[in-house]
Amino acid sequence: MNFGFSEEQEQIRATARKFFENECTSEFVRRRMEEPAGVTDEFWAKLAEQGWLGLVYPEEYGGAGLGFVDLTVLMEEMGRAVMPGPFFSTVLLGGLTILEAGSAGQKKEWLPRIAAGEAKVALAWTEPNARWDAAGVTATAKPADGGFVLSGTKLFVLDAHIADALVVVARTSEGRQPEHGVSLFLVPRSSVGVEVKLLPTMDQTRKLCEVGLHDVRVPATALLGARDGGWPPLARVVERATVALCAEMCGGAQRVLDMTVEYAKIRVAFGRPIGSYQGVKHRAADMLVDVENAKSLTYYAAWAVDEKIPESALAASMAKAYASDAFRKVAAAGIQLHGGIGFTWEHDLHLYFKRAKSSEFAFGDATYHRERVAQLINL
Amino acid sequence: MDFTLTPEQEAFRAQVRTWLEENMPREWTSRVMASSDVPRPEAYDFLRRWQRQLYDAGFIGLTWPKEYGGRGLTFMEELILHEEMALAKAPPVLNILGVGMAGPTIIAYGTEEQKRRYPAKILSCEEIWCQGYSEPNAGSDLASLQTRAVKDGDHWVVNGQKVWTSLAHIADYMMLLARTDPDAPKHKGITYFLLDMKSPGVTVKPLRQITGDPEFNEVFFDNVRVHESQVLGGVNNGWQVGLTTLMYERLALGFGLQVRLRIALDGLVEMARRVEKHGRVLTKDPIMRQKIAQLWIDTECLKYTGARAITKLLKGEIPGPEASTGKMIWVDTHQRLQELAMEIQGPYSQLMRGSDWAVEGGLWQYTFLRSRANSIEGGTTEVQKNIIGERILGLPKG
Repeated sequence: MNFGFSEEQEQIRATARKFFENECTSEFVRRRMEEPAGVTDEFWAKLAEQGWLGLVYPEEYGGAGLGFVDLTVLMEEMGRAVMPGPFFSTVLLGGLTILEAGSAGQKKEWLPRIAAGEAKVALAWTEPNARWDAAGVTATAKPADGGFVLSGTKLFVLDAHIADALVVVARTSEGRQPEHGVSLFLVPRSSVGVEVKLLPTMDQTRKLCEVGLHDVRVPATALLGARDGGWPPLARVVERATVALCAEMCGGAQRVLDMTVEYAKIRVAFGRPIGSYQGVKHRAADMLVDVENAKSLTYYAAWAVDEKIPESALAASMAKAYASDAFRKVAAAGIQLHGGIGFTWEHDLHLYFKRAKSSEFAFGDATYHRERVAQLINL
Repeated sequence: MDFTLTPEQEAFRAQVRTWLEENMPREWTSRVMASSDVPRPEAYDFLRRWQRQLYDAGFIGLTWPKEYGGRGLTFMEELILHEEMALAKAPPVLNILGVGMAGPTIIAYGTEEQKRRYPAKILSCEEIWCQGYSEPNAGSDLASLQTRAVKDGDHWVVNGQKVWTSLAHIADYMMLLARTDPDAPKHKGITYFLLDMKSPGVTVKPLRQITGDPEFNEVFFDNVRVHESQVLGGVNNGWQVGLTTLMYERLALGFGLQVRLRIALDGLVEMARRVEKHGRVLTKDPIMRQKIAQLWIDTECLKYTGARAITKLLKGEIPGPEASTGKMIWVDTHQRLQELAMEIQGPYSQLMRGSDWAVEGGLWQYTFLRSRANSIEGGTTEVQKNIIGERILGLPKG
């Protein structure tokens, strides 16, 4: 047994930390928050150059062929830098769905371009009903003229406004169970009837959209994977993206803890550094426990999805349940221990606090995942 | 990162499993005492025999050197052993303070003679150990302890008092911390002694605790003579030696604690499946499901956090922050688990052993009450948080 990172993985961490310290400064993040795109072409090209956009894709599709444990290290550093932009939506949602469900031709067409930073693909899955299960998929895809007509509304879609194409999750038939009859379609954003609206978000580093599908006509070749068989590959993608998100959350929480500890050492009140008071010290210790526990569960989940062990779904839900609570609590404690300055726009804490909130609800919050854990342990 | 086991480790697991299948005592399983993580007085004789059986089979002290009664194996085998014990709901180890603390410390600091004399008898349960650290005026502030040892020829003469001393009433030896240089700074004038509990002048008075059991004691020393060969790790070096003991306690007992937690959780789930409330089984109640799932997550988390620490140990590195948090997580989880056990029982939680109405013979009432000590013994949660704040996060001392 070895539950640690390899030298190569530590090397990824060191490279990433340095890169983000230089390229993803607080100033950079704040500028991206003010703009609709949330990313610059230059920054995106640099991520591609580092090989990170294709890190987990097979080499035959222009990737580095690495696994989710490797990715965990990178995600932690991205979370640490509260990195804006469509990495998550393109690489881990849109791209991964193509990898998981697509034909060889579709993969050849899209994945090398994603890895090279030349294409962005969003996943249009969730709807106004805000459900994470298959029953939440109510958008329809009806056969017409040898192709399909897509109708419905997708909500909370990350980065649809800057995507070249959308992977649309739609219902092609009413199966006996909601998991049956779900299909995936690869749809160019410029298709007639696709209406994308950028929504104002609390976490401005994450750009969420509403996607209206107004009788969007797509050819049969737009189908990604088997007709009616879209749910299983989607579930596999979501499971892995959830683990990657947990890693990002761990990185963010660790950064909040680091900032708070540094501040508690230098901020003096009543003649002593505030970190010498137990009221502050003990809360910092609680933060450490939250961060370390979230990491333990996340690292295990990353290993589990890499190895495709049967327990991976349980591992992912355990990690997300824990990380959702932990990041929220740690970010709130960070603000509290900083006092007034932590409540300002000027200080970076609010970026993490808001990222914690958006991450908490992505792919299901702690309550949702605890219920999943209950199901998976046959309670 | 790799959680798979080598063929040798898999073989070891099979060996443990087979042995447990053949040797698990029926009287234990039939009583479903499994949720108890602490040896109870009425089980002492039984647990003595059980530990002896483990020793004869070579399933205790795995990481200790062979020449001192161990098997010279790694933490991996230790981990496997504990997992299998949990799955089998095996009884706890009676001489836990000897196995978890005294033995490793003697192996680390002892003279060759001490190492040949004590560790093997700790494993076989021939000699039970207790821990003489806390005093009425030295708990969390352990270094202010006042029990004195004064040199007299080739002996030390000990006077003073210890308190909250678990197992002292059946112990053969004590890990004793006593002040040997009252003029030195408080951490520097303490010596670690291996004290024979049968020495004249040692008086043990049981203390009845919250559970009603006399599990711990007061121990009085009235001119107790200890030979100088019983000093461990050098005169006035006791603080250092004692800290090592505590480190072992937290690491070694950590495995066992996680496993006991899992046993208790399995027991709690089984109980919840049998209880109906408002016409449905409790495990179908959404709030109960949330609480049980969180306990499940925390229990698994403790395992992975332990695995991170072990990985560093196996690589010869010093465990990082993850090792320090283990005790706190365990305490929090276990106390929450015990509270939930009472919640599941509802009004029946009031009934103790002796009533036919008591759930599962009233065992949970004992473990619930006993769990209040968890956040006090082995370093209070408040002290743990100070340690994490100061040693891990580098925050200034108060």
